[in-house]
Amino acid sequence: MDTINRRTFRQRMVSYRRDPASFILFLLVYTCAALTIGVLLFLIGYILVKGAPYLDASLFALKYDSTNVSLFPALINTVTMTLLSLMIAAPVGIFSAVYLVEYAKRGNRFVGIIRMTAETLSGIPSIVYGLFGFLFFVTVLKWGYSLLAGAFTLAIMILPLIMRTTEEALLAVSDAYREGSFGLGAGRLRTVFRIVLPCAVPGILAGVILAVGRIVGETAALIYTAGTVAKIPSDLLSSGRTLSVHMYALASEGLHVGQSYATAVVLLIIVVGINALSAFAAKKITGGKGV
Amino acid sequence: MKRYKEGLMKFVFFIAACTSVLAVALICAFLFANGVPAIFKIGAADFLLGKVWTPNNDIYGIWPMILGSVYVTAGAIIAGVPVGILTAVFMARFCPKRIYKIIKPAIELLAGIPSVVYGFFGLVVVVPYVREIFGGTGSTMLTASVLLGIMILPTIVGVSESAIRAVPQTYYEGALALGASHERSVFSVLLPAAKSGIFAGVILGVGRAIGETMAVIMVAGNQARMPAGFLKGVRTMTANIVIEMGYATDLHREALIATGVVLFVFILLINISFSLLKRRML
Repeated sequence: MDTINRRTFRQRMVSYRRDPASFILFLLVYTCAALTIGVLLFLIGYILVKGAPYLDASLFALKYDSTNVSLFPALINTVTMTLLSLMIAAPVGIFSAVYLVEYAKRGNRFVGIIRMTAETLSGIPSIVYGLFGFLFFVTVLKWGYSLLAGAFTLAIMILPLIMRTTEEALLAVSDAYREGSFGLGAGRLRTVFRIVLPCAVPGILAGVILAVGRIVGETAALIYTAGTVAKIPSDLLSSGRTLSVHMYALASEGLHVGQSYATAVVLLIIVVGINALSAFAAKKITGGKGV
Repeated sequence: MKRYKEGLMKFVFFIAACTSVLAVALICAFLFANGVPAIFKIGAADFLLGKVWTPNNDIYGIWPMILGSVYVTAGAIIAGVPVGILTAVFMARFCPKRIYKIIKPAIELLAGIPSVVYGFFGLVVVVPYVREIFGGTGSTMLTASVLLGIMILPTIVGVSESAIRAVPQTYYEGALALGASHERSVFSVLLPAAKSGIFAGVILGVGRAIGETMAVIMVAGNQARMPAGFLKGVRTMTANIVIEMGYATDLHREALIATGVVLFVFILLINISFSLLKRRML
């Protein structure tokens, strides 16, 4: 395609003069692409420039109070919350993908139902998860506003993401590996754990890292499940806010604008890091050959 | 022993697979069990079509919030869809490979930015702009629409791009061979062929926009009354839940959960139409 289409700039301009509609479309496409990237750059740039000066040591003090507005407890809570949710969702998500890919027979109606529910789950807005978590974990199970209730709510939320990426990673493992393993006399279980899963690790990891991004950025599902207490909780059954909830609280109070910027910077840095990690892991599957 | 272990693990995998079904069932059961009685207590018509929401007087009509969600989403579509589709066209058909390697991760990053950060950005950048240009508080339907338009961009770009890429290369080559320019081939041959995929992307974007909560709360003004125009504040269903859930009791609380039920039904309808369209695309 490239060689057929190669023209000099002047040739291009000449044909555009004959066909102004094409030129307008050409301009529109480039403008919109520039707009999309421009918005992203502006958003990140604006927050970095405004927030960086406020990043100082007091923001990372061990205890939060209204004078230092420390984000450190929230940061610790975010890490705890991420680990907890992953501990719940990762095994379940990976195992169910294993079932769908390795065990279920083709055309099994139950598989269709599972796929459909997973798709439904991935479309549900986070506030509905929040409501459910509030009704079920907080109220019916009487956990109160707690890290545990938040983690379970988030675990359900990221489950479809982990399932889908793991499924894709497992499907990408060549059948020859499985046949080889069976041929050597290994059972299905051994094949799954010794051959298929190790090959699929980068893909699964990419999905898990994306899930971490969702957890870090989540607010609406956590306000009424994990609560908004701004300190490091002593146990899993007490309330603690994550960085995003902390950010929301700061921004809506409107008292500490500078610190809000700084918190946004920290959140952005984490998200950029997570995205880079996920892309790196995903590249591992294709051996860097894929786009 | 080995067979016993195989069977056991197969069972474990099966149980794990059942979890998502169980989760959906639980979510439906709890939302409906807690929300639907309230709808009947208030009266389905009064609840869904009532124009007044004053919990202090026990009047619960969510029509303003339904309209609010619909308007804000429509605004987001107007703001985000054309830009999103054209960006997707750029990425699939105009972009040199070297630039693509930068832009693709950038779009993914746009999808990964937390909604509070978007909300905060809207609060400190978009709201003051709107205030300066149009007067008023700046927290308006317009502000929320623009912000949501930005937030649904990555969804629309991602789905549309893969839809455009899925069109066979021969279509494009055929159009070129008939003498059409590159632009005309893309817009009059590739885009119509990728129509249903692009439409699926738009629907997915609608789902995102209607379910978005935090960013909207921070910029939309949240007045619980009938939407009065593009330059007035508006409250969406999602905002209604988050704002009042903290202190609501009894019927008020149930009415909020019922708001969640209505939102959930909206999303289910959107999801169903998305999967129907996707099936047609494949």
